[in-house]
Amino acid sequence: MSTAVSAPAVEAPLPAEIETFAYDNAVVRQFIVATAGWGIVAFLVGLTIALKLVFPGFLAFIPQLSYGRLRPLHTNAAIFAFAGNALFVGVYYSTQRLCKARMFSDKLSALHFWGWQLIIVSAALTLPFGFTTSKEYAELEWPIDIAIALVWVTFGINLIGTVVKRRTRHMYVSIWFYLATFITVAVLHIVNSLELPVSFLKSYSMYAGVQDALVQWWYGHNAVAFFLTTPFLGIMYYFIPKAANRPVFSYRLSIVHFWALIFLYIWAGPHHLLYTALPDWAQSLGTVFSIMLIAPSWGGMVNGLLTLRGAWDRVREDPVLKFLVIGITAYGMTTFEGPMMSLKSVNALTHYTDYVIAHVHLGALAWNGGLAFAMLYYIVPRIYGTRLYSVRLANLHFWAATLGILTYAIPLYIGGITQSLMWREFGADGTLRYPNFLETVVRIIPMYALRVVGGLLFTAGALTAIYNLYRTARSGVFEPETPDQAPRLTAAAPAESGWHRALEARPTKFALLTFVAIAIGGFVEYVPTALIRSNVPTIASVKPYTPLELEGRDLYIREGCVGCHSQMIRPIRAETERYGDYSKAGEFVYDHPFLWGSKRTGPDLQREGGKYPDSWHFLHMRTPSSTSPGSIMPAYTWLYSSTLDDSHIEGKIITLRRLGVPYPDGYERQAQADLRAQAATIANGLTAAGVNASADQEVIAVIAYLQRLGTDIKNKPASTVAAVEGGR
Amino acid sequence: MYAEVLRSIDGVAIFPIVSLVMFVTFFSAMLVWTYRLGSDRLATFARMPLDTTDTRIARSDRPSQGDLRDPEAR
Repeated sequence: MSTAVSAPAVEAPLPAEIETFAYDNAVVRQFIVATAGWGIVAFLVGLTIALKLVFPGFLAFIPQLSYGRLRPLHTNAAIFAFAGNALFVGVYYSTQRLCKARMFSDKLSALHFWGWQLIIVSAALTLPFGFTTSKEYAELEWPIDIAIALVWVTFGINLIGTVVKRRTRHMYVSIWFYLATFITVAVLHIVNSLELPVSFLKSYSMYAGVQDALVQWWYGHNAVAFFLTTPFLGIMYYFIPKAANRPVFSYRLSIVHFWALIFLYIWAGPHHLLYTALPDWAQSLGTVFSIMLIAPSWGGMVNGLLTLRGAWDRVREDPVLKFLVIGITAYGMTTFEGPMMSLKSVNALTHYTDYVIAHVHLGALAWNGGLAFAMLYYIVPRIYGTRLYSVRLANLHFWAATLGILTYAIPLYIGGITQSLMWREFGADGTLRYPNFLETVVRIIPMYALRVVGGLLFTAGALTAIYNLYRTARSGVFEPETPDQAPRLTAAAPAESGWHRALEARPTKFALLTFVAIAIGGFVEYVPTALIRSNVPTIASVKPYTPLELEGRDLYIREGCVGCHSQMIRPIRAETERYGDYSKAGEFVYDHPFLWGSKRTGPDLQREGGKYPDSWHFLHMRTPSSTSPGSIMPAYTWLYSSTLDDSHIEGKIITLRRLGVPYPDGYERQAQADLRAQAATIANGLTAAGVNASADQEVIAVIAYLQRLGTDIKNKPASTVAAVEGGR
Repeated sequence: MYAEVLRSIDGVAIFPIVSLVMFVTFFSAMLVWTYRLGSDRLATFARMPLDTTDTRIARSDRPSQGDLRDPEAR
């Protein structure tokens, strides 16, 4: 650490003019407040949906607070509002200091901050009302997607501008991670959000079925990599040396860590789609690169932990170091667990279960949460020129968080494996031991209850942290600016030249190279799937959805059914016995977006069509326990009181035709009549079965959709044999 | 739609191979460069966070990590 008046001893080759400048702490404080506020919101929404799995009737009378609609709000709040604002705290605080320069533009900083908060508010106002694309962690509709792109570019310009005007010759490794974050998230967001609007808050993904799944998980996996990992690694490389007052253990390792990580990560997305209808070569590619990822990930973890050599005694006393250590340890655990789960045999067991939920919470709460709180405990006393209000409270927070994470994760690990083993258990007669899916759900409800306790502990700890930080701020005086001095950067001395040095001197070229590195993985994975027609065999009997089924599908998307029900039967005997024939790529060619799902809190619905009569679905969605005693599915009473809005059906047909769905020209003019005729047929059938139904109820459309699911392939078996045998 | 655009590019299949070769070349060069870097220079880089300024308060008055003690516990 240097004092405010000393010139830093960073490799100035020639004597240069000393410049005085000041770091902007105001924007750092704004992001700190946002991190704390949105963090609590994310944790409380998480607690609410966790309670709903134990008490399905909890707040069930409000459609906007139903499980399916709140789950994406929770994930978006945790990722983009809590971790997002936290990463901006780290980036704005450390970039200025590492570059010995104020941020490029205060106006861009303000635009970035307020723009980002506006996006979060937009998410909070749209997701509970059912405006969602249904693509995980990319649920926000197209106008918000555009706003995200613009605000993100604002952040990027501000970041790159700061790096360009820096007063240090070397671009420290944290900055590399920040630049990679900016570039990659921009690419991921834009590519995955390509969609055609139908109306102001409704759009259809440009991709369909397998390709949509591939793009989505290329995005989903790399959102974890480049939004929740790389920026936090940059934060780790800055705050660990600061808090330990030790230089980075191996700077050489940090360089290799960076380039290896950004290159390998981007290829690993398909490990989210093992055993699915995705081409096998793409699945294998995802597995291989996931295993290779252990090397850079653990290299980074070891580098972080070994930076603490000689300072371990201080971990006992310093809450900043405690949270950093738990964060980095969790990073090591999750980055080992991830590659293991990408092995097909392990994945067959863990996928679709709560094991994955435990895994991601270990990452989000311990790694992102640990680093975020370490950073807050480090920065707040310093920008207020004071000391932490209470180390004792911070220690209390540490133990509440640690025990909370363990109480959350361990029951879900156990629950996930228990349920998966029950799904695949066969009796002596060769039939499923637990043919009723509900038996496997009821067994793990105690684990869901324990998870609530873990979440409560973690949230209580976070509240003590916020109180502690508030009292810290109250005890000091805020420094909106921190003055510093540094020599102006001059031309490099001959000894300082070199190709990588030249690269570091030009952040835009550095960013471009980063883009090339991350583009390779996406290109190699995605382009062949798009180019080679045989990757997605077409099945002659698969037809586009009828207008009513399409409306039903959009209601299925609105209610977030995909959060609990998959539509992807893996070619595993336990699954084909339970659900029916395994899913084929050609069955999804008209699915904009795909709805394969990633979690089975309820059973798979790919072959739901024709399994039960319409009246069963009608009663089930109104009172799930009437048809399925013990079910934890919420009741969807509003589907019965709301009238189906079919005013956009014409636009939907036109939009889907533009995307390649073969609706005949002019069909949009006939669509509404067809929709109403099909609804009347279903309603009449229900009335005949003794159920009082009306053709204009929303639930009729959902029933139409559910009854269509997976039936096309059964309709004309003769015409599909060749395609099916042609392979997935 | 996008697939048709891609299919119309002549020899598009060579792009991923070229990309892969480019990266492997760069990655190998980076590895060699990293291992040939002088230790003194690396040591300077590794210390960069320690040469940054947190607060305007003079160092002697500022709470360092080692000074962090619960005021109530004193």
